[in-house]
Amino acid sequence: MVTLFYLAGILAIIATLFAITRRHAVHALLYLIVSLLAIAIDFYTLGAPFVAALEVMIYAGAIMVLFVFVVMMLNVAEHAMEVERYSLHPKNWFGPALLALVLLAELVYSSLTSINTPAPVGVVGPKQVGTSLFGTFWIGVELASLLLMAGLIGAYHLGRQVMEKEGTKHAADTTAARLDISRDLIHAGAGRTDHAA
Amino acid sequence: MLNASGLAFIAAGSRWGQPDGQVMFLFILAMAAAEVAIGLAFVFLYHRKQSELDVDAASELRG
Amino acid sequence: MLRLLWLVAAIPFASAAMLALFGSKLSRRIVATLGAGSIGLSAAISILISIAFLSSPPPGNAYVQHVWTWMSTGGFQPEIAFYLDPVSLLMLLVITFVSFLIHLYSAEYMQDDEGYARFFAYMNLFVASMLVLILANNLLLLYLGWEGVGLCSFLLIGFWYQDPANVRAAAKAFIVTRFGDTAFAIGLFLLFTILGTLDIQELMHRAATQWTVGSGVAIAAAALLLGGACGKSAQLPLQTWLPDAMAGPTPTSALIHAATMVTAGVYLIARTHVLFTLAPQVQFAVAIIGAATMLLAAFSALAQRDIKRVLAYSTISQIGYMFLALGLGAWSAALFHFMTHAFFKALLFLAAGVVIHAVHEQDMFRMGGLRTELPLAFWSFVIGGCALAGLPLITAGFFSKDLILWQSWAGPNGSAWFWIAGMTGAMLTSLYTFRLILLTFYGPQQLHVKAHSGASVRLALVVLCFFSIVGGYVDTPPDFGGVPALSNFLNSVLPPLEVIHSHPITETITALSASTVFAIGLALAFLFYRSQRARVPEKGILQQLWFAGWGFDWIYERLLVRPFLWVARTIKSDPADALIRGLGDIAMLSNRALRATQTGRVRWYAAGLAMGTVAILAVAFFLR
Repeated sequence: MVTLFYLAGILAIIATLFAITRRHAVHALLYLIVSLLAIAIDFYTLGAPFVAALEVMIYAGAIMVLFVFVVMMLNVAEHAMEVERYSLHPKNWFGPALLALVLLAELVYSSLTSINTPAPVGVVGPKQVGTSLFGTFWIGVELASLLLMAGLIGAYHLGRQVMEKEGTKHAADTTAARLDISRDLIHAGAGRTDHAA
Repeated sequence: MLNASGLAFIAAGSRWGQPDGQVMFLFILAMAAAEVAIGLAFVFLYHRKQSELDVDAASELRG
Repeated sequence: MLRLLWLVAAIPFASAAMLALFGSKLSRRIVATLGAGSIGLSAAISILISIAFLSSPPPGNAYVQHVWTWMSTGGFQPEIAFYLDPVSLLMLLVITFVSFLIHLYSAEYMQDDEGYARFFAYMNLFVASMLVLILANNLLLLYLGWEGVGLCSFLLIGFWYQDPANVRAAAKAFIVTRFGDTAFAIGLFLLFTILGTLDIQELMHRAATQWTVGSGVAIAAAALLLGGACGKSAQLPLQTWLPDAMAGPTPTSALIHAATMVTAGVYLIARTHVLFTLAPQVQFAVAIIGAATMLLAAFSALAQRDIKRVLAYSTISQIGYMFLALGLGAWSAALFHFMTHAFFKALLFLAAGVVIHAVHEQDMFRMGGLRTELPLAFWSFVIGGCALAGLPLITAGFFSKDLILWQSWAGPNGSAWFWIAGMTGAMLTSLYTFRLILLTFYGPQQLHVKAHSGASVRLALVVLCFFSIVGGYVDTPPDFGGVPALSNFLNSVLPPLEVIHSHPITETITALSASTVFAIGLALAFLFYRSQRARVPEKGILQQLWFAGWGFDWIYERLLVRPFLWVARTIKSDPADALIRGLGDIAMLSNRALRATQTGRVRWYAAGLAMGTVAILAVAFFLR
C-alpha cells in the first residue's frame, strides 16, 4: 500500500511537470488528466475510496473534459505554440520558480519540525462521509448548491451574449471606445504633470 | 493547485480518521466545477472579441 | 493774532486738496492764483503773527496752540499742536516768504507744462508739510511733517514720470532718506520708552534732569536723531541722493533741495539741542560730519558739468557748514546761515532755471557769453554767487559764514582744524562759484537764447537779490557794526556760544582771512577758466573722482544694491514655499511610482497575488 502511494505520487509529479512544460495546449491538458488520475490512486491508498471515485468522475471526467472541449473548439493551440515557446524561456519562469522553491522549503521545514507522529491509516467509508456531510456540514451543502447555481446562471448569461449577433458589433464599438479612453488617460496624465511643474 | 490542497485535506482527514477531510474536498470540488464553468465562458467571450487568447493583450485596466 | 497760527499750515493743505481734486478742471489762471496765492496768504499771516510776537511776546517767549488731540491710547496722547518761539518764528518767516517767491516764479516758469495743477498741488502740500514740521509741538507731529516732505520730494523729483530716469532718481532719494527716517523713528521709540513723552519742551526738560552728560541713552538717542538729520539734509554718508534729485523741475530744486527740506535736519538738531549737549561725542560727530561733507561736496562741485549739479553739491557743502556750526554749539550761527543760504541758494536756482529755460541746455561747457542776452540772470548769479562765496560786507553770506568761521575757532569745541577746514571750504566755494559764472556767462557764445522771462520771474529774482544783499545785516559781528540782533532774538531758546579762544585769531582776523580766501578763489577761477583753451571738460583722475562724487554711488552700488538684488533674485522662486509644494511633489512622485504597478495584465496581478501569499506564509512560518 505504501509503495503504491509513493509510486502514484511520483507519477503525479512527473505528469504535472510535463503538463506545465508542453507547448501544445491539448497535450498539457491530457497530461493534467493523467496527474489527476494518479492523485485518485493516492486518495484510495490514503483510505478515502469515496473521494477517489469522485476525483475520477468529476474532476478528471467532467471538469477536464470541459477544458479539452473548449480548447479544441477554439482551436488556438497551433497558433499559440510560438507564444508558449517564448514563455518557457528561463528568464520568464525563474522568478516564480524561486518563489516555489521558497514554498517547498516552508513545506519541508514545517513537516520536519512537526510534533505529530504518523498514525496507521484507516479507511473512512462513504457512509461516514455522507453522515458527516448531511449532518454537521449541512450548511456547506446548501452553500455549495447556491454556488453551483450561480455558476450555472453566470455561464448561461455569458454564453447568451455570445450567441446573439450583436457580438461583433459590440466588439467594434468597444474597440473604438477603448482607443479613445486610452488616449484620454494619456493626455490627462500629461496635463496633470504639466500643471504641477 | 486545488487538487494539491485537496490532497492535503484528505491526508489530514485520514491521519485522524475523520470524514471532515473528505467533506472539505467535496466542497473544493464543487467550487472548482463552478469556477471552471464561468472561467471557460470568459475565455469563450474573450476569443470572440480578440480572436486570440493572449491574456497580455487584455490590459485595458492599465493605469 | 497769534491764534491764526494754525491757518499758516491749514491754508496750503486746503489749497493742495482742492488742486488735487479739481485742478484738472480749472483754468491755468485760477490754478496759479490758488497755488501761489495760498502761500502768499500764509506768508502774510506769518508776517502779522511775527509782528504780534515781537511787539508783545507771550509769556515764556513761547506760544502753544492746541488744535486737537491726535490719539489717546494708554499713556500715549500726542496732539496736533503748534509751538511758536523765536526759532520756529524765524523758520516760519523764511520758509513762507521764500516759498511764496518761488511759487510766483513757477506760476510763469511751469506754464507750458501739462501737469500744471499737479505741480502746484504737490508744492502746496510740501509747504504745508514743512510748516507742520517746524511748528510741531511734539516729535510725532514733526515726524508727520518729516514724512510729508519726503513724500512731496519724491513726487516732485519724479514729476516728469514718463522718463524712467526721473523715477529712478525719485526712488533713490526716497530710499536713501528712508535710512535716515528709520533711524529717526527708532530714536523716537527710544525717547518715548525711556522718557515717556514726545512733547519737545517736556522731553528736553526730562532729559536734562534724568540723563547725565555722556550717558549711553543720551548718546544712542542723539545718534539716531543725527542719522535722521543726515538722511534728510544729505550729509555723509547719505548724501548721494541730492545731485540726482536735480531731475525734478527747477522751482522744486530751488524750494525743496536748497532752501527748505534739506534744512529740516538742521532744524531738528537745533530744536533738540539739549539732547546733543547731553551727548558731547555725538555733537562732535556732527561737527566732523559737517566739516567732511563740506569739503567733499566742494571738491565734487568743482568737477561738475551740469549747472544744477554744481548748485546741488554746493547745497550739500553749505549744509555741511550748518552742521559744523551745530556741532560746535553755535546754534544761532547755524540758523543764521540757514536764513541767508535760503535766500541766495533759491536765487541761484531760480536764475539757473532762467538760463536753462532760455537755451534749453544744462551743460555749462556748451554755454558761454550769455551775459549780454540774459542780464537779469547774470546779475542774479553774480549777486547770489558772491553771497555764496562770501563777498565781504555787502553780501548776506559773508556775515553768516564769518560767524561760523569765527566760532569754529573761538568756541569751546573749536580747534584750529575746524577753522582751517572752514577756510578751505570757503576758498573752494569761491572757486567753483566763479567757475560756474565764468563758464556760463563769459567767453564765446555757443547757444542762442530762445525765450525770455516775464514779470513774475523777474520780480522773484529781484526780491531775492535784494535779500541776498541785506539779509546779513540782522546779525553783524562786533567789529563790523556790533548788532547781533538775530542771536539776541534766538537767545531765549538757543544758548549762545561762549567765546573761549580769543587769541591769536580774533574776529577781525577771521573776517580778513575769509575775505582773502574769497579773493584767492576768485583769482584762481579767473586763471583757470577765463581763457579760451580752458573750456574743455577736465579729464584728470582727480577730476573724474570728484565728478563721481568721491565714488559713493559706486560703493553703495556694490555694497548694498547688488547683494540686495541678488537675494531678491535668488528667492524669487519662493524656496520657503518649496516645502509645501514639496508635499505635492512627493504625492505626484509616489503616484507615478505606483502607477507602474497597474499594468492591466492579468498575469502580473496573479504573480502579485502569488508573491504576496509566499511572503505571508514565510512570515507565518519562520517568525513564529
